[in-house]
Order: sequence, then C-alpha cells, then structure tokens
Amino acid sequence: MTKITYREAVRIGLREALQRNPRVFLMGEDVGKYGGTYACSKGLLDEFGPERIRDTPLSESTFVGAGIGAALGGMRPIVEVMTVNFSLLALDQILNNAATLRHMSGGQFSVPLVVRMATGAGRQVAAQHSHSLEGWYAHIPGITVLTPATVTDARGMLLTALHEPDPVFIFEHAYLYSIEGELEEGPPAVDISRAAVRRTGKDVSLMTFGGSVWKALAAATQLAQEGIEAEVVDLRVLRPLDIGTILASVQKTHRAVVIDEAWRTGSFAAEIAAQIMEEAFYDLDAPVARVCSEEVPIPYPKHLEDAALPQPEKIVRAVHRLLGRG
Amino acid sequence: MTYSMTREQGLQLLRHMLRIRRFEERAAELYQLGKIRGFLHLYIGEEAVAVGSIPSFTSEDAIVATYREHGHALVRGTSMGTLMAELYGKATGCASGRGGSMHFFDASRRFYGGLAIVAGGLPVAVGLALADKLQGRARVTGCYFGDGAVAEGEFHESLNLAALWKLPVLFLCENNLYAMGTALARHQSQTDIAAKAKAYALPAETVDGMDPLAVETATRHAVEFVRNGNGPYFLEYRTYRFRAHSMYDAELYRTKDEVAEWKRRDPIMTFEQTLRTAGLLADTDLQNIETEIATEIEDAVAFAEASPWEPVEQLTKDVCTPKT
Ligand SMILES: Cc1ncc(C[n+]2csc(CCOP(=O)(O)OP(=O)(O)O)c2C)c(N)n1
Ligand SMILES: [Mg+2]
Repeated sequence: MTKITYREAVRIGLREALQRNPRVFLMGEDVGKYGGTYACSKGLLDEFGPERIRDTPLSESTFVGAGIGAALGGMRPIVEVMTVNFSLLALDQILNNAATLRHMSGGQFSVPLVVRMATGAGRQVAAQHSHSLEGWYAHIPGITVLTPATVTDARGMLLTALHEPDPVFIFEHAYLYSIEGELEEGPPAVDISRAAVRRTGKDVSLMTFGGSVWKALAAATQLAQEGIEAEVVDLRVLRPLDIGTILASVQKTHRAVVIDEAWRTGSFAAEIAAQIMEEAFYDLDAPVARVCSEEVPIPYPKHLEDAALPQPEKIVRAVHRLLGRG
Repeated sequence: MTYSMTREQGLQLLRHMLRIRRFEERAAELYQLGKIRGFLHLYIGEEAVAVGSIPSFTSEDAIVATYREHGHALVRGTSMGTLMAELYGKATGCASGRGGSMHFFDASRRFYGGLAIVAGGLPVAVGLALADKLQGRARVTGCYFGDGAVAEGEFHESLNLAALWKLPVLFLCENNLYAMGTALARHQSQTDIAAKAKAYALPAETVDGMDPLAVETATRHAVEFVRNGNGPYFLEYRTYRFRAHSMYDAELYRTKDEVAEWKRRDPIMTFEQTLRTAGLLADTDLQNIETEIATEIEDAVAFAEASPWEPVEQLTKDVCTPKT
C-alpha cells in the first residue's frame, strides 16, 4: 500500500464528501484559488467550481455564522477557518449560536455544520499563530470536537462528521499535514466515538491527542529501550470523551501521564486527570502526571519554542518520575 | 400618501398592533408579579414595524429576529398561549421554556429566534439565504436587528457578503434611535444607516416605522425585489421605543419631552385615527377587537399558568441530537 500525506488524506476526504453529497460545499478564506492555506483543497476549485468551493472575505464571524445558517437551511457546509487562532473572531457564532440553538429551541433546530481548522504550535510562527485551543472548544456542550492524528482519521473523521446532526469541529494539527502514513483498510468513514490505543503497554499510559500523539509514540519508543512498556492512548474525540478506554488503560497500567500542547492551567489535560481521579483513584500507583506547554506565549526562536512545548524527552522524564526513577 | 386598503386590511393591521400592545402590557404586569423573570424587552411603540412587515413574507420564507421579538412572533402566527408559556418558562412554551422572552423559536413557521447577541443573527440569515440560493429556492430570509447592531463587525461583514454573493436576504433595521442608553449619534459617525448599506452596494430605503401602511408598502416591494433574484435589500425603519430598554431603567439618556413627542406619533393611536377618517372604523369594531384580544390574553395566561415545568431530569435533553 502506498503512503500518503495527512494533507492528501484531508483532500481525499473533502473530494469524497463533495462527490457523495451535492449539498456539501466548502467555504473559507483562500480555499479556492489559492488552494487552501495548507494546500488541503488544492485542485478542488477546478473540479467542483466556485459555487461549491467558495472563497470568503476575511470575515470569520460571518462565514462561520453563514455556515450555521446554511446548515439550518438544509445544506451540509464544511467551513474552513484558516487556523484556530482566527477562530476567536467567530467564537460568538460558535458558542452562542451553533452550540446553543438545539437546546435553546427545545430541540427544534439542529445545526449540521462541520468546521475544520488547523491548530497547534511547533512551526516558529510565534505567539499569535501557535495556539492550541481545542480544549477550550471541548468545554462547550452541544458540539463534537475531533482531533485526527493519523491519515486514516484525517480523511475518515470528516466523512463521519458530515453525517452528524449537530456541529462538529475538526482540529488538524498543522505539524501533521506533512506526515506520511498508510490509509487503513475498512470503510472510509471511521468511528468517532472511541479513543484508540496506538501502542499497547503495561507499565504506564500516555494519554494524548492530535499532534502530541506522535511525540508520545516517540517517547514510548525511547522508554521501550529501557524496558518500560508504555501504552499510548489517542483520545481522538475530546467531546464527547470516551472515558471508558482511558479508565481501562489506567486499570491495566496503574499510571498515567496526560500530554496536552495547551497551557497547563485549566487545560484539557486537567480534565482527563480529574476524571481519572474521580473514576479510578484506587487503581493508581502514583498521582496522574501532566506534560503541557509552559505558561507563556509561544516564542519565535526554535530553542525557546521547543522549551515551551511538550517534547518526547519531557514525557520520558515524567514517566521516570512516576516510576520513581527520576 | 394615498391609502387604498380595504376595511378588512385596515382592521387586521390595527388588530395585530393591539394584540402586541395588550400582550406586552400584560407581560409587564406579570413581570411585576414575578411570574416572568429575567430580561423582558418590550416592543411597545414599535408595533407598526412588525405588523406592517411580517405579513409580506410567505410561510416558506424565514425570519430571524432579536431579543425584542414578541411582536414578530405574534404576527408570524405562533399562538399567544405558547408565547406566554415561554415567557413563564413552562414546558409548553415555543422553546420548551428554555429560552424565555429573548428566545422565541418556531420551526413550523421558520422563525429562527429570538437571538440575543447583538448582530449575531445577521450571519445566520445570510447563511439561510445562501442555502436557498444554492438549492434554487425562491425563498426570502428576513432579518431584523436594531440600530445598535450597525456598530458590530458582523453587520458590515454580513452586508458585504450578502451583496457580494447576491443572496436573497432582506435586512430590516429597526432604528429606534437608541442602543440601550446610547443614542444613535453617540455610537455612529454616519447616522444615515441606509447610506451604510448603499456603501455595500445594497439598494436601501428609509421608511416611517410609525406608519404600518408605509412599512407594508416598502416591505412588500423589498420582498418582491429579493424574491425575484435581484440580491439583498435593506430597509431602515425609523421608530421609537416608548418603554425602558428592558423592564426598568432610569431613562437618563433621553428627555421626557422627547418621549412625549414620539408618543404623539403612537402607531396605534394615529392609525386608528387614519381608519376613522377614512370611515373604515366604527366604535363597535374597536370594542370587538379589544374584547377578542382580552379573551385571547386571558386564555394565554390561563394556559401558561396551567402548564407544567419541564422536569429537571430533562436538563440535558437536546444538548445533542439523540443517536438512533
Ligand atoms: C454583542 C453584544 N453586546 C452587547 C449586548 C448587550 N446589549 C443587549 S441589547 C443592547 C442594545 C442594542 O440596541 P439595538 O441594536 O439598537 O436594539 P434595541 O434594543 O434598540 O431594539 C446591548 C448593548 C449584547 N446583547 N450583545
Ligand atoms: Mg435601538
């Protein structure tokens, strides 16, 4: 089987979605003529035309809101917000309209909207372009939050999301667009209710999602050389959270490290740790540990950026401490 | 202006304005009794706008409104009972009681709120119109908002996008001259709101919002323009709110003289006079209408009173669509 990049996987998913359902369309900044900021939609304008691949003005609030309206009106819009950093301009539409309409209308209106955006740091683009805010979004009831980490999920989660009756937000870690992988066998639309164990192990559970999955796997490889078998759990879906898979792993390994590229305080990692404490306290041999970003705006120089973010070495050190080897 | 309305049309306009006025007067009393809580933004003084404009839309068209939407929902046809129950927060309300005064919804009438973030409805209306355009439907989306919304970025983004994409949306600005306590001239460098719309290449008109016939004439024309595929249209209705922004405020931001001046243009009072002068309204007509409305309100209050609260077990129901 040939390898494809994550970016190609997203493009395959988009193309399949557009082919399958005439009500699907893509809109966002530079998705058309430019080919997508991360080249995910390259070629789609020629293939599907400007009605279905719609370049929008720099109006995040309005084109996200328009996506909500189009979804209410019977379309299946895919809205691309260039990056999570700019999604802040659309936060009102997301929180006050997309997420509330169903409940607030007594179940009368659902918003079958899919919003995609790039997230994450690691590319030296400094403080204003390096946010990891998917954990904030996971705070919001009424929406689904997906963090595909593999090419199979990058393509398949989009297809599944388009069958959901309520808003789905897909966070694509910008660092992942160039990674290569093989599309797994099976139906293109993947499950979006379960976490996935990406590597099995018995000594410690590394819980993470998105771009950090690869860092956790790298850490697990290092740990294996010392004879420590780490299990890597890719959360995949931050809301609704598959706590069952998390607890099953902790009950097996009795130790957990949560890795999250967001700032530590109030992070999604804190939520995972709290839920483990609530549900599996007596299974633990050590307190749950966290590896998160330092509490700073992400700096430009590489050495400082590297220092600010979770890294395989930091994960290894956290595991050592849990095992009393620090 | 020449009035070529029939007696029945005239009485219908008056009836609807009175329904809104009496419904809201009752709501204000119920608020004082603690039956209705939270924010209660009354439309009193502005009735001619909803009454003159809403009937221009067909049942296939969509309406997006603000937190000051009691009148719009009533004219659109949602029953007074379910609206009153919504004000009470009862399970039989038009949003199962979860929205209250600011969040009336009625899917069966394509009434999309009741949205309480200023200007937050404009992008949604643009999207509804986009869906219609993409699906080749000759429907119109009517989007109501206040003069305060004009200051928000979403107003500008939405007008631009609607005009750029020639979408079938009708923007309806209810300019009551105040955003809470901030007068138009204190929040806008350019107080001619229609001029702003024109700057985005939308055809725009300013209409006397105290005259239901003027509102009706302008809105019918605008809806037709939009329905015929000519792209968006913009109407600014000049109107005035007689009561406080929400239930109470000190009204430090305007003079009693100014309020009195506008009350002389009370749309119900002046329209009643118009009908009488034209020989279309007799005292008995008015009595009949008032009696009908009083009964409708009594029934609505009784319905709300008798209605159950949503069980607390249902607190999280409908956060998401249930999986089948
Ligand atoms: C984005 C936002 N900012 C502030 C508010 C608080 N607020 C509610 S109504 C209002 C005034 C709006 O005035 P206008 O749009 O003219 O409508 P009116 O109340 O006059 O009908 C304000 C500031 C809000 N609801 N939303
Ligand atoms: Mg106003």
